[in-house]
Amino acid sequence: MIQSLVFIVLLAAGAGLFARQVVRIRRNIFLGRPLDRTDRPADRWKTMARVALGQSKMVSRPVAGFFHILIYVGFVLINIEVLEIVIDGIFGTHRIFKPLLGDFYNVVIGFFEVLGVGVLLACVVFLWRRNVQPLARFKSPEMTGWPTLDANLILIIEIVLMSALLLMNAAEANMPDKGGYLVSNMLAPIFAGVSPEGLHLIERVCWWLHIVGILAFLNYLPYSKHFHIIMAFPNTWYAQLEPAGQLSNMESVKKEVALMMDPNANPYAAPADGAEAPGRFGAKDVQDLPWKSLLDAYSCTECGRCTSVCPANTTGKLLSPRKIMMDTRDRLAEVGANIDKNGSFVDDGKSLLGDYITAEEIQACTTCNACVEACPVLINPVSIITELRRYQAMEASQVPSEWGLMFGNIENNGAPWQFPAADRFAWADNLTVNSKKNEA
Amino acid sequence: MSTTLKIDTMAELAARGEAPEILFWVGCAGSFDDRARRITRAFAAILHEVGIKFAVLGTEESCTGDPAKRAGNEFLFQMQAMQNIQVMNMYEVKKIVTACPHCFNTLKNEYPDLGGNYEVLHHATLLQQLINEGRIKVQGGGTFKGKRITFHDSCYLGRANGIYEAPRAVLEALDADLVEMKRSKANGLCCGAGGAQMFKEAEKGNKEVNIERMDDVLESKAEVVAAACPFCMTMLTDGIKNKEKESSIHVYDLAELVAKANGLID
Ligand code: SF4
Ligand code: SF4
Repeated sequence: MIQSLVFIVLLAAGAGLFARQVVRIRRNIFLGRPLDRTDRPADRWKTMARVALGQSKMVSRPVAGFFHILIYVGFVLINIEVLEIVIDGIFGTHRIFKPLLGDFYNVVIGFFEVLGVGVLLACVVFLWRRNVQPLARFKSPEMTGWPTLDANLILIIEIVLMSALLLMNAAEANMPDKGGYLVSNMLAPIFAGVSPEGLHLIERVCWWLHIVGILAFLNYLPYSKHFHIIMAFPNTWYAQLEPAGQLSNMESVKKEVALMMDPNANPYAAPADGAEAPGRFGAKDVQDLPWKSLLDAYSCTECGRCTSVCPANTTGKLLSPRKIMMDTRDRLAEVGANIDKNGSFVDDGKSLLGDYITAEEIQACTTCNACVEACPVLINPVSIITELRRYQAMEASQVPSEWGLMFGNIENNGAPWQFPAADRFAWADNLTVNSKKNEA
Repeated sequence: MSTTLKIDTMAELAARGEAPEILFWVGCAGSFDDRARRITRAFAAILHEVGIKFAVLGTEESCTGDPAKRAGNEFLFQMQAMQNIQVMNMYEVKKIVTACPHCFNTLKNEYPDLGGNYEVLHHATLLQQLINEGRIKVQGGGTFKGKRITFHDSCYLGRANGIYEAPRAVLEALDADLVEMKRSKANGLCCGAGGAQMFKEAEKGNKEVNIERMDDVLESKAEVVAAACPFCMTMLTDGIKNKEKESSIHVYDLAELVAKANGLID
């Protein structure tokens, strides 16, 4: 009875705190600029099913892909058991599904145990890959400190959770009235000779450790790259369906260009009623980015696949697409905390461009889309880079001087180089070929 | 037989009350850059040889605005786009082919929203179609029979627009020994010129991107690197010069390879 009460209070607190955090993150994401990503819903569901549910992008790196899918499948299926744990916890029952499912229950739990071992194994492999094997993508500058600790914590927590589950069952395996399952029967000798009271205590401790651990983990997610286990789904659904090379045409600029090209337009005409004041061109801070870029930031797994294929990064430039995503999230979290504290955003004298991301970084991008292609959850770092460049070019007028010259050339000669427009057709002068067409 | 070609402009055709089958969009590199002009000439020769009625805008063509857009100057991009769209809509252009993947991407993906709706092809796709239709034949095995050729994917053709097979189909028609580089297709490595990098020095690093790409080129042991982009052409050629391999490794555009194999150009 007491146990049930304690459980219900913990469950409500865990779920409530998580919900509050999710509401805050949703608010943060919609600080971004509007963008319509609801067209072609059928294609969006398909993309989500393929990339998030089906993990299609993970397998391009077979080792990481295999173990990741193991953890993913294990996580999703073992959570079915959490449903039973929650019901048991609330009503003070024990393995409520067992009498309902009979022998099949033993098969299912046995299967979950095998998955649990798989998850454990995969977590150990991942810890080894991150800490022992020198994988370059886990050693970049942006990974120092918290991001590396975060990744290790997640793996350790998962190992603890899986161990608790297996040890709980192993304790039960030694109880004559209960009995174990496929893997726990093999683990049973660990607790051989423990008194019935001792076994019961071990079983209870593991049960509580498992469920409290899960609730704590749930509330850890929003502060961690592990949030991707949820965000991967909306993020792939809202991903760009147009070809990767297609950049949006800025609506605000369209209006101005139309005015400039229309000889009859009155440039001094008052804006129509209800017309919003023209905002900033491009992005200086997170609020200037389209909301999808902010969703991207919360979805990033910090896996570094993007950075490991980035031509700028691999040739030693400062640019790292992963850092672009991490900086965007960190700044957004800071802006969010500012709003929580002050009710609405109070200028803190900082901005994404300048305080987090430097001009040198964004200027190095070749817009090659290798990062977009590599990302397992369809994040687009290039769209953030482009928005920051737009601010640099159109608001701050701080582009590399060669780009300034290039702009001037296009404006004056219609070409990025300083060639006279009149020579554009000179390639066709004296165009002599060995044609066979007129031979006959 | 040596023939001197006369390239029609849209203005000339319009004056005669005619319209071409296709507009050949030459692009800035193809118009001004010495090396890229040779690609333009080779492609024009092919179009002429297969008897496609084509025309160019000539001096009425202007930069698509791609480098301005990628460098952040959306104003300049849209000004350029509106100007080009006005010209093309005036000539009632329906179909465009271009040998530049950057022009291709911009014309195909970014112009429609600004009022420029055309069927846009990259020359790799058109060449593949012509080969499939039997309109281009590589006589007697051609110059490249059995040669080790590798294809360098342009970012704006490959990842940006998903075109990987058309250029390879063209190379296969040459009866060449097509080999892939370590990083190819969706994993292809950029030449370093995209996103307006062509027009400025690279940021501080430990290597140039095109030099990094040379590792893949050399490892493939190819004698010919096929490109499908005038910027890739520049970067690859410079990279090979840097490695002092210009006597053993040659860079050609797809159009040049087809034109050479057909004996249209030397
Ligand atoms: S698009 Fe830019 S950031 Fe992304 S991989 Fe290419 S150079 Fe790096
Ligand atoms: S952006 Fe994508 S590929 Fe890059 S670190 Fe984040 S999840 Fe990984």
